[in-house]
Amino acid sequence: MVNAPAIDAREECIWSELAQIPDPEIPAISLVDLGVIGDVRFEADRLTVELLPTFIGCPAIAVMQQQIIERLGLLGVADSIEVKVSFDPPWTSERITPTGRKRLRLSGFAPPVMAEIEGLDELAVLPVAECPFCGSRSTTLENPFGPTLCRAIYHCATCRQPFEQFKRV
Amino acid sequence: MTQVTPALGIDARRALAELLMSVADDEFVLGFWDSEWTGIAPMLEEDVATSSIAQDEIGHARALYELLAELTDDDADRIAFGREAGAFRHAALLNHARGDWAFSVARRYLYESADAVRLSALVRSSHAPLAALAAKMQREETYHRMHADAWLRRLADGSQVGRDRLAGSVKCLWPDAQQIFAPLAGEETLLRDGVLPEPMLALHARWQSEVTPVLESIVGELPAAPPTGDGRRRRTDDFMWLHTEFTAVAGSEVGATW
Repeated sequence: MVNAPAIDAREECIWSELAQIPDPEIPAISLVDLGVIGDVRFEADRLTVELLPTFIGCPAIAVMQQQIIERLGLLGVADSIEVKVSFDPPWTSERITPTGRKRLRLSGFAPPVMAEIEGLDELAVLPVAECPFCGSRSTTLENPFGPTLCRAIYHCATCRQPFEQFKRV
Repeated sequence: MTQVTPALGIDARRALAELLMSVADDEFVLGFWDSEWTGIAPMLEEDVATSSIAQDEIGHARALYELLAELTDDDADRIAFGREAGAFRHAALLNHARGDWAFSVARRYLYESADAVRLSALVRSSHAPLAALAAKMQREETYHRMHADAWLRRLADGSQVGRDRLAGSVKCLWPDAQQIFAPLAGEETLLRDGVLPEPMLALHARWQSEVTPVLESIVGELPAAPPTGDGRRRRTDDFMWLHTEFTAVAGSEVGATW
């Protein structure tokens, strides 16, 4: 137990570095704000980072793994780094942090609808999302499938802009 | 890596491998058939949708092949791209070529509805990695089901041509769709250990009770068609062609990496 404070400091250092690594597909948001980092664990000097993919078939998983290993490697606090893909717990859109939701909006993406706010059945796809450009809710779902697995396409009737929503899953 | 496998005896491991392979191969083969719509779907939105769905399915297959590879000390890519056509275990429903749009819609509807019933059981599997993966798959498949349901309705409520083509496709695929619930080799072992929480026949009955009224309202009476022992072992010329396609790159330089 004498080592506990030192381990905490190392983990803290890892978390703050992870918070600087951008998502490869939407660089405005970090891996931590996206909620894809499940756990950070040291066993002696071996570091394991648990990665929870947004979608199972996300082609950015390998890129994320590589970036995590490269960036954390530079810190020099671990002898070996393993980035383990896990589905337990499953990533859900509720894992995106409030900062992450704000960043998504600022870069033109509607954040996923929150279950507790809307009081909807789990996984219901909304016909309406809030336009990230003008804030209008006079929007329509054009296609639940977008340019990447995690994005849906909407249209705003108020400012007449098409926009994307980070999908609720 | 090996937190679960040592606890399983040889029979249990073989049965689990059979289960993982059956689900993975279904998703993998259907993903490849659907990816053929990329660029030529009836409308741009469907180009995007079918490509996205196909990518999901192949992603699910990859994750399942990873579980299988851990269990059998193999490699997921080798399992996917290095097997002979006869070693695949997908259901007969996936033996057919893409066909026209109505055919793909009919197959999607049959598959997604059956897959949802199967996943509802697998999330309760005693094999923890499989249960976790199934729970994650279930969330993504919700979108696929919505898509399949919407297109089934659209064709059924549309023109006579669309309705006729849909009905013809459903009737053609109906017997082979049952094979998603074909009995698995070692199923008793899976049931005993709770790896498969319910028998395939029970899942089959539940699926039939869900989809039969929906489909019969569109196509008329459907014949009784029980799953059969060879339901995951039959191969067709269509599949042989697809197998040649999807193994072509891996086969051109065995063991190559990039």
